[in-house]
Amino acid sequence: MSPRWGRRLGAFVFLGPGVAYLAVLLLVPLALILSYTVFRRGRFGGIVYEFTTENFSRLFDPLYLDVVLASVKLATLTTVFALLLGYPTAYLIARLPRTWKTVALVAIVLPFWTNFIIRVYAWTILLSGPGLINSALGTQLELLYNHGAIVTGLLYSYLPLMVLPLYAAIERLDPQLREASANLGASAFTTFRRVTLPLTLPGVATGCLFVFVPSFGNFVIPEILGGGRTATVGTLIRAEFLKSRDWPFGSTLALAVIVVLIVLLVIQSWVSRRG
Amino acid sequence: MGKPRFLYVPFWLTYVFLYAPIIVLVVMSFNAGKSPYLYEGFSLKWYGVLAEDDKVMEGLVNTLIVAAGSTVLATVLGTLLAVGLARYTRSKLLDALGLMPAILPDLVLAIGLLVFYDLVNFSLGLHSVVLSHALFGMAFVAAVVRTRLAHADSSLEEASRDLGAGPVTTFVRVTLPQLTPGIVAGALLAFTLSIDEFVIAFFTAAPTEPTLPIVIYSMIRFGVTPEINALATILLLVSFTVVIAAQRMTKIGEIRAQD
Repeated sequence: MSPRWGRRLGAFVFLGPGVAYLAVLLLVPLALILSYTVFRRGRFGGIVYEFTTENFSRLFDPLYLDVVLASVKLATLTTVFALLLGYPTAYLIARLPRTWKTVALVAIVLPFWTNFIIRVYAWTILLSGPGLINSALGTQLELLYNHGAIVTGLLYSYLPLMVLPLYAAIERLDPQLREASANLGASAFTTFRRVTLPLTLPGVATGCLFVFVPSFGNFVIPEILGGGRTATVGTLIRAEFLKSRDWPFGSTLALAVIVVLIVLLVIQSWVSRRG
Repeated sequence: MGKPRFLYVPFWLTYVFLYAPIIVLVVMSFNAGKSPYLYEGFSLKWYGVLAEDDKVMEGLVNTLIVAAGSTVLATVLGTLLAVGLARYTRSKLLDALGLMPAILPDLVLAIGLLVFYDLVNFSLGLHSVVLSHALFGMAFVAAVVRTRLAHADSSLEEASRDLGAGPVTTFVRVTLPQLTPGIVAGALLAFTLSIDEFVIAFFTAAPTEPTLPIVIYSMIRFGVTPEINALATILLLVSFTVVIAAQRMTKIGEIRAQD
């Protein structure tokens, strides 16, 4: 067997199964979602293969536009809070001695690798009317079933995805740059604003992408912690697919989620290339 | 230098925020009372209730079947893909394709698979969840194995080939042993992810064969009992153990690679 043929055979044996799997169970389904956006819904669910732009105009109907905007708002708030908590955390972890660094990092990701539903549910114990926070404070606050509870749940679920890329970016930073800045008379804040932050912006962009995208499309947290009172893109997609059985409109909403993801990916790669 | 004190406030806040709910959950699982919210003394009774709950046990068995099946599939596909991507192509497009299941929102993956299974009249059941979970499991296995491949010494493979070993022998006797820690770590992660995965299973499982997260989800929606706390505690313990084991596995691999 000639080496060239050996290489071709090798490529086929190694890449073939995985690529075929991804083609059938990832690319075909995505193509289906994409194509369903221009079809009509059948009277009892199902797809009628008849071209229409109705699904897209429905997306901009004030009723649904409000839902999209609510999701943007929740995801943005979550991302901002994740950044505010995550940056200092990542910054300090990067400065810990080696052993403690590992411990601190494992402690950040550990909750992330546990059952998502259970992590969300745990907040109902803390936030509910007779729950721990109210009994500790001796109050009767309504802490569940509002936007605050949803943002709390989203933040709790995705905070590790902010800390890790930030940590990677801060860790890579050359400490001499900060020293130089300080020696040249810059205050700690100026050094942060003009040296540390600009150089870690790619990490910030990646972290924001990782938190925003799953927060935007989530449906479980708005259902459990929002009590179903807040409709989001996620809860709407779920309802269109499993309740109203309007797959074309559900697909259009899913396409909106993909578009948001792509826009953010482009921004993120633009920031990383500049950084 | 460069360690302003006030940064410790958000730092500790992060850890308190991450662990407070978990600790509360574990404490409440030993609650003697009936309320999932008010602690009334120590008891193991909810663990007993849990052990006799057929729905939970069925869900657990389903989850383990799905996790085992999808992990095997994901590990084989992911390992082959990682080696293929590293050794046989420089295609950025294929790289991106391999990572896509890990990057795409789970809801998009879930409905995509549902739409596909529906179109080709593929019946829903544990087998459809196995295939679906293998999709993202494979992306994680491939990513972990690729990191190891980047550290692996490709000159060993060349030496093996120069000494007359065929590609299969080289792969089995040189490449694979070097990758083993990465493969095991990747498999453990795929297993944990499958056990915990909810959204994709929710859309691609048959209603008659729910996985454990689906059972938990319906328990939460139909009123909460401390039984969920007991179940949650056990699952937390299992996940923590597996993840720490996977973490140690990659570390041991790194130390060996450095020697």
